Amino acid sequence: MPHLRIGRALAYVAAIAISAFILAPIYLITISAFSSFDAVYDYPKNLLPTGASMESMNTFLDSDGVTDSLQRSIYVAIIAIVACIAIGTPAGYALARFSFRAGNPFQLALVSTRAFPLIIIAVPLSVTYLRVGIDDTVYGVAMAHVAFTLPLTVLVTASVFAGISYELEEAAMTLGCSRLSAFRKIALPLALPGVAASAIFVFVTTWNEVFAAALLTLRNRTLPAQMLAALDTSPLPYRLAGGFFLLAPALLVIFLIRKYLLTTWGRVAR
Amino acid sequence: MTTIAHETTRARRRRRWEGLPYWLILPTVVYLGLFFVWPMIQGFGLALRDESGNWTLDALDTMVDDAAFGDAISFTFLLILVIVPIQFVLAMGMALLLNARLRGGGLFLYIFLLPLAISDLAAGIAWSAIFTERGYLNTILEGLGVIDQPFIFLDPTSRTQLVICVAAAEIWRSTTFMMVILFAGLQAIPRDYVEASEVFGAGFFQRVRHVILPMLKPSIQVALLLRLIFAFEVFAVVIALTGSGATVLAAEAYKWQVTNENEHVAAAYSLVILGLSLVAAAVVLVVLRTPRERRLR
Repeated sequence: MPHLRIGRALAYVAAIAISAFILAPIYLITISAFSSFDAVYDYPKNLLPTGASMESMNTFLDSDGVTDSLQRSIYVAIIAIVACIAIGTPAGYALARFSFRAGNPFQLALVSTRAFPLIIIAVPLSVTYLRVGIDDTVYGVAMAHVAFTLPLTVLVTASVFAGISYELEEAAMTLGCSRLSAFRKIALPLALPGVAASAIFVFVTTWNEVFAAALLTLRNRTLPAQMLAALDTSPLPYRLAGGFFLLAPALLVIFLIRKYLLTTWGRVAR
Repeated sequence: MTTIAHETTRARRRRRWEGLPYWLILPTVVYLGLFFVWPMIQGFGLALRDESGNWTLDALDTMVDDAAFGDAISFTFLLILVIVPIQFVLAMGMALLLNARLRGGGLFLYIFLLPLAISDLAAGIAWSAIFTERGYLNTILEGLGVIDQPFIFLDPTSRTQLVICVAAAEIWRSTTFMMVILFAGLQAIPRDYVEASEVFGAGFFQRVRHVILPMLKPSIQVALLLRLIFAFEVFAVVIALTGSGATVLAAEAYKWQVTNENEHVAAAYSLVILGLSLVAAAVVLVVLRTPRERRLR
């Protein structure tokens, strides 16, 4: 069937073209982040990574506030991940293991939180934080990020636990385990990779989130907030190196969770 | 006998643990109540009440009277009108390609998924390196001999050009999000249906139009719904690419809160974003509703 072979060839051409479209900007910002000042301002641009230099990157890292904001972004991510997993995993387990009257409404409420833009809770939160005195802190930002990511954490962990047979836990309980130790010794180890994947979802959100972070931290900024504030005042090499820093974790993170992305997102979306 | 005995222990156990699920979801419910529902209610109060707590439309008036309000609304809508249709077709194509089980599919999958973890700020910065006057696109076009001198893509006086540049960056970044939902939906379609249509001689486009698209409708609905809601929040990519050349609703909310220090108008803007997202969601749900009897599951 010749037309089938042509169709197949076209599919490869399309897949390669789309891949090139996705990779090109990543490649270009990477070579600009690792180039000298002269190369950044040069025109026409060098499209090959021949003039690699740490000049732009070092300038960015040595700039005022950059290492601090990087550190704060990491703190926010850690706090948000711990809080999300601690609060959300039990709820996910409950949804997966028990049929209880509030189960369906609870799940529906979690799904419907996604219809509400994150922006609309950021403004009131910043007012409340100012009143309570946690404005401009990593805790404030982390708590806002948990509010955005908690529903997803519950739904993802629920689908993780749903994928682990309850019979195993029941068998352990029959053999004398308490419910808690059956959970700890059976369900938890099996669920760990999935729970780790949902922790990475949380990481991606807090690492990338700009709007709430920029509203809730005015002096002690996280990395995206710092970059946003510096956009119109900083030199081009600074912006490009910073852009690379924001983007770099994506390459690794997607590799780690590519399997879960499809199964869990598919299930959560439906 | 044994089964009955088994059932009774099960029943006893179930009764004993009846309250447990409620305790397990309690922390989540409390947290979301405090940090999601309550701020939302507060947001209405901020937008519709003054400092002394009286109901007022002052903040809404200030917002609507500001010259930037119309610009922000129209630029946000223009972006959505350009981005979402293109994105939908592209996402559909990408999902179909992944579903076609090409050799090297794992690599394509990884590459297609990459933008999912890239923020709109990073996307804006990356694309500004491409579109800027002494940037990569001009280098390439001039090298190919298409233009003689650098073209100003990010011309602040040209709305059309700004929309196209921001749309390019947003399509690059957020198409994957739709693709993931569509691809998950595609995988749930039983192969028999597609194979049956092939046996009866349906070509590729007929298969897509008459078999795949109708069966994919629930996923299409969710993908469009979520994408539209996020589209009204477009923010950092616009600032990174246009500077102050263009404004959108979220950028105005940010400006009123941080620069003008007026949280009432900022809250009013966030209510507009909420209202528009809910209307868009309702439109998608009504236009793409699937009658119950035609549902697969």
